[in-house]
Amino acid sequence: MKLALGPVLYYWDRDTMLSFYDEMADAPVDIIYLGETVCSRRHLLRLQDYLDMAERLAAAGKEVVISTQTLIESEYDVKTLRKIADNENFRVEANDMGAVRLLANKLPFVAGSTLNVFNPQTLDLLAGLGAARWVMPVEMSRESLVSILRNRQSSIETEVFAYGRLPLAFSARCFTARHHNLQKDDCQFKCLDYEDGLALKTREGQPFLTLNGIQTQSALVHNLIGELDTLQDAGINVVRVSPQAHHTGEILRLFREGMEQRLTSAQALAQIEGLMPAASCNGYWHGKPGLDFIRNTPST
Amino acid sequence: MQPKKLELVCPAGSLPALKTAVDNGADCVYMGFRDDTNARNFTGLNFAFDNAKEGVRYAHAKGKKVLLALNTYPQDEGWQRWTKAIDNAAELGMDAVILADPGLMQYAAKTHPGLRLHLSVQGSATNYEAINFYHEMFGIQRAVVPRVLALAQVEQLMAGTEVEIELFGFGGLCVMVEGRCALSSYATGDSPNTRGVCSPPKAVRWQDTPKGLESRLNGILIDRYDAGENAGYPTLCKGRFDVQGETYYAIEEPASLNTLELLPELMRMGIAAIKIEGRQRSPAYVEQVTKVWRQAIDNCQRDTGAFAVKPSWMAELGKVSEGQQQTLGAYYRPWK
Repeated sequence: MKLALGPVLYYWDRDTMLSFYDEMADAPVDIIYLGETVCSRRHLLRLQDYLDMAERLAAAGKEVVISTQTLIESEYDVKTLRKIADNENFRVEANDMGAVRLLANKLPFVAGSTLNVFNPQTLDLLAGLGAARWVMPVEMSRESLVSILRNRQSSIETEVFAYGRLPLAFSARCFTARHHNLQKDDCQFKCLDYEDGLALKTREGQPFLTLNGIQTQSALVHNLIGELDTLQDAGINVVRVSPQAHHTGEILRLFREGMEQRLTSAQALAQIEGLMPAASCNGYWHGKPGLDFIRNTPST
Repeated sequence: MQPKKLELVCPAGSLPALKTAVDNGADCVYMGFRDDTNARNFTGLNFAFDNAKEGVRYAHAKGKKVLLALNTYPQDEGWQRWTKAIDNAAELGMDAVILADPGLMQYAAKTHPGLRLHLSVQGSATNYEAINFYHEMFGIQRAVVPRVLALAQVEQLMAGTEVEIELFGFGGLCVMVEGRCALSSYATGDSPNTRGVCSPPKAVRWQDTPKGLESRLNGILIDRYDAGENAGYPTLCKGRFDVQGETYYAIEEPASLNTLELLPELMRMGIAAIKIEGRQRSPAYVEQVTKVWRQAIDNCQRDTGAFAVKPSWMAELGKVSEGQQQTLGAYYRPWK
């Protein structure tokens, strides 16, 4: 299995982003996804900045993939999408069917998790259009995945979102701006204040969701580091870690050591817990509510 | 472009609701089969094959169309359930099927080339490139657009595609891009994409407590009501939550979408159809909403310039709105 770093889902300032990716150039990660996938108002890095960063990371030996915005609303969004699709140097992760249309039958692309591939028929169709890899929907279970992989015809690679707050929903409304009683068009870029998103709790204090602009994430951190053996058995090729404000490099190292069996799953899980911004969940992988956590007890 | 007649598409969760919609002025009704092949997979709702047959007969006899929603994503385990539903739709003479899954569209286009395909709102197509993808690949002829675009954005989208556009006009409002929301499965295990349900009734618990009436979804506190407050169904994005010590409707208030006042603009833009949400609602709801929208569309078509929303229409629709509140949603840009 290969290890991938997903795109930064939050809005960090320019210097933070540049130093983060400087660090990632030396991190034990094979694939790096880059780009603004959440909100077109986030502009501290432009597409050209990402392409420059991609060059540097590729020179450091990483496979670089440019990720497209998930919700394409305006003509401006479509134009940006077209520019990304027309780049000839880097593979692209399509997070909307509009991106698939622009990428089909050109360079091999990655079919992102929001394309909603839930059956082998759709998977084979995308593979036929040139998808070389797909990322399964976050809400898919191991059982469903295994069934799809058993019944597909194509030999497309499979990637799983294995660590990070789950990107659960996208809206036209900005919930961060709403919290500050601002309209989205005048959001004052409040997302910059929340490096790991804005916590939403129930009225009895249970952490439930995380507001990240127009994206809603889980409050808990989806964490499959204790499941690396089941990921391997399921036939997964790529394991994705989603960036967080702190300790991303260490988290990647733990995943790497777990994948190379230098740490047992129990050891990896124990060590990662101190690096997480919230407790673990992994229910989706087990076919349960996403917020559940089921401890993997290795069969003896 | 001179618009064709704007179609009124009304919900039919049952045979009585279907007949009510047809009798009160719907141009089309939409329905689902009684399983997880559609996104209103609720107990006691929807159509068995024979019921659907009677529904189609009734509507066609009165010159109205019937659309079948097969708008969930087929799970591999049950693929044949979805393809069988497509076969049944063709056999029943449905006027179109409303689909979200590309694999299923491919099956429908190959197996029943005469069957008209609509792209469901669950397909999350918010731009013309996406819509054209489905058009070129599978020949879809109409797309239902998610309730996230401002009207100007809808107009831009229409300039880039020849596919007919259907918009939601009234009813329950999804704040999230349809097809891109897993909040329900995060909390309960079941979601629109995987099981055709959101915030499913089996996960709901009501509890009277000293602090007030509490609604919970799989144990998660969605809202708590003081005496005298109207309690609503605990759809999880419409609860009150705590963000930085402030308790409020952090995602969306319980309110219904109502776009009556936009009718002249929608007609000018050449929107093909207006969809009324609510297959889970009663025939009485269907009757009230269909009547009002029929009158409004007819008035607007007779004289667009003189069109004004009648207070009596708003009052009627207000009675059946969630939380008795109405909103223009994302069509009105500041909502975002």
